Amino acid sequence: MGYVLDGEGLDGLVRELARDYLVFAPVRKVGAGRFTDVDQVIYDFVDDASQIELDVKSDYSFKELLTPLSQTLFYYTEDQVREAGGIGAAGDPAREGDARDVLVLMRACDLHGVKRLDAMYLHNGPEDSFYRRIRDRVHFVLLGCPQTFEHCFCVDMGSNVAPDNWEFSLERSDEGYACAVANESLRPLFERYATASRDVVPAHVTQNEVHVRVPKTVPLELRTSPVWDEYNHRCIGCGRCTLVCPTCTCFTMQDVAYTENGRVGERRRVQASCMIDGYSTVAGGASYRKQHGERMRFKVLHKVYDFRQRFGYDMCVGCGRCDDVCPEYISFAACVNKLSDAVDEWDAQHEGSVARDA
Amino acid sequence: MIQDIDVKAMKKNAFRVSKERGMTASRVRVPGGLVSAKSMARIVEIAEEYGRGEIFLTNRQGVEIPGIHMEDMPKVNEKLKTIIEDTKINQEDTSQGYLASGTRNVVACPGKRLCPFGCYDTTAFAQRMDHEIFPNNRHVKVAFTGCSNDCAHVALNDFGIIGMTEPQYDPNRCIGCGQCVDWCQRRSVSALRLEKGKVVRDEDRCIGCGVCVVYCPTRAWTRSPEHYFRVKIMGRTGKQNPRLAQDWLRWVDEDSIVKIVKNTYAFIEEYIDPNAPEGKEHIGYIVDRVGFDEFCEWALKDVELPEKCQRATRVYWDTKRYDRDNNLR
Repeated sequence: MGYVLDGEGLDGLVRELARDYLVFAPVRKVGAGRFTDVDQVIYDFVDDASQIELDVKSDYSFKELLTPLSQTLFYYTEDQVREAGGIGAAGDPAREGDARDVLVLMRACDLHGVKRLDAMYLHNGPEDSFYRRIRDRVHFVLLGCPQTFEHCFCVDMGSNVAPDNWEFSLERSDEGYACAVANESLRPLFERYATASRDVVPAHVTQNEVHVRVPKTVPLELRTSPVWDEYNHRCIGCGRCTLVCPTCTCFTMQDVAYTENGRVGERRRVQASCMIDGYSTVAGGASYRKQHGERMRFKVLHKVYDFRQRFGYDMCVGCGRCDDVCPEYISFAACVNKLSDAVDEWDAQHEGSVARDA
Repeated sequence: MIQDIDVKAMKKNAFRVSKERGMTASRVRVPGGLVSAKSMARIVEIAEEYGRGEIFLTNRQGVEIPGIHMEDMPKVNEKLKTIIEDTKINQEDTSQGYLASGTRNVVACPGKRLCPFGCYDTTAFAQRMDHEIFPNNRHVKVAFTGCSNDCAHVALNDFGIIGMTEPQYDPNRCIGCGQCVDWCQRRSVSALRLEKGKVVRDEDRCIGCGVCVVYCPTRAWTRSPEHYFRVKIMGRTGKQNPRLAQDWLRWVDEDSIVKIVKNTYAFIEEYIDPNAPEGKEHIGYIVDRVGFDEFCEWALKDVELPEKCQRATRVYWDTKRYDRDNNLR
């Protein structure tokens, strides 16, 4: 069952939802891009439909809500510890202490991304309580995808159709906006703002321009494949690919002692990236993956191979944001395909012998 | 054939006197260095029809068509009409060629239209400036560059305008990766440092180049909505006392710059050496003669500098005076 809304209806709907929920959605930040007078679409809290960017892929993903870029976990004084509260960006006074649930607007690929974050933070050994604290308050609104965006390869990753964990869907239609409503309790709200009701099936992408071939197995011998070598000079190790990725989960800790009183301070966790210097640095200054090609190998294999060994499905959801953002025009999709070619080549050369999995 | 040509009028009409008697070159003005392919085709046409099939690209982004017979100048001017209109030169009468040559072509690097580091639309500002100050016979050089890298060599101009952005920092988006600190040190002026996992910017040292914004992987650094500028003044090449322009204003706005440059024309009218060769004297020499304070008085007339703008009350140019000493020791 679904509803059709005009612009005014959507305005009213979002305004009313924003009273009961914190609404977290892709927002066009004017001039916030790297380059002069270039916009950037980043997730933020909205209270108005006009703030929501429905028509492009967001440059950064929703994950900044569940795993903030920088999050203060607790503050300590000489004899006390206080856990930091609030949702969203740490220290954001507007959200601190706001106990409302959160509605997050996201596309099918990102909804599959949530499943990966859950796997890493909730089903991978002991639960992460800070993640759990936020996750329990989050509900999803599916943004329909009438067509693919540049660099998307969700179809080949099997993440083009959304899982069933959304409350309602939203997309543009000929009549204005179309919503499928899965959560029955929201029906009265839609009845108030809809111009009509009709069957709505959220649009999903059936064909991408980009295709990836994910290798079924990767022989351990390809650890030293020449596939990785080109990235030694091409990659600059900036980590943008991992920071825009909806499924990258790595973080590191910062223990901060305040200047005025060194016995008072806070512990923060900040997102980390396997592509950035320092990630694999150990005590004494040694580093396991100095070469950018080695880091690329680590990242790519994690996304389309290693994660699958543990959880049974690939980590990458094919949103293509990594390919959108790379300043050196390195394509993750192309790398996966090169890897598959190398695997095929290896298989052909070693027919009959048994490969050791990487 | 009698050749009786008013050379001074010809020069003002943007034709050069060449060493080959009877031959000239047509100087096509290209404000901001951006010319349409259509006008470029017209330049080619002139070069093939009236020149010797060659086009010279000038240092100031203009175009010169050499090998033109002086008697063909009126015909060349006729052909220039569409180019003058297309490049939006501020002339009502576009049929007589260029009406002045004193104020030099306004130069601009590609700026934000192309360059990842460009802090503003250099082309648009150059075109606006050209519209404000041309045609004029006074010898004034203005150049625009998108960032402190100064690819446009604005430091060799009377007015060199450099784009700036004021980096905006959102600590909540900062992961302390230190790339901005590293790149600021390697590509710029080391104005950033990491302190307790977050970045501190030395506001005095920061030149507003935007390198931190370009390299930040999380959008913790973004650009200010306002476009700011640094103005360097009185740079020049030449025989007597070539020197690089020096900083006069920073964090200044576009409108103030336009006013200041226009005001400077009145200053020149008042104080130019009446015996200056061909009525041309670099403004810097006039400023040297009448004093910096007097220049400021004229240049800043009716200009309300924004509160954020910093102004050097004294500017020093320290370079060799070849007219006094040409000794290498």
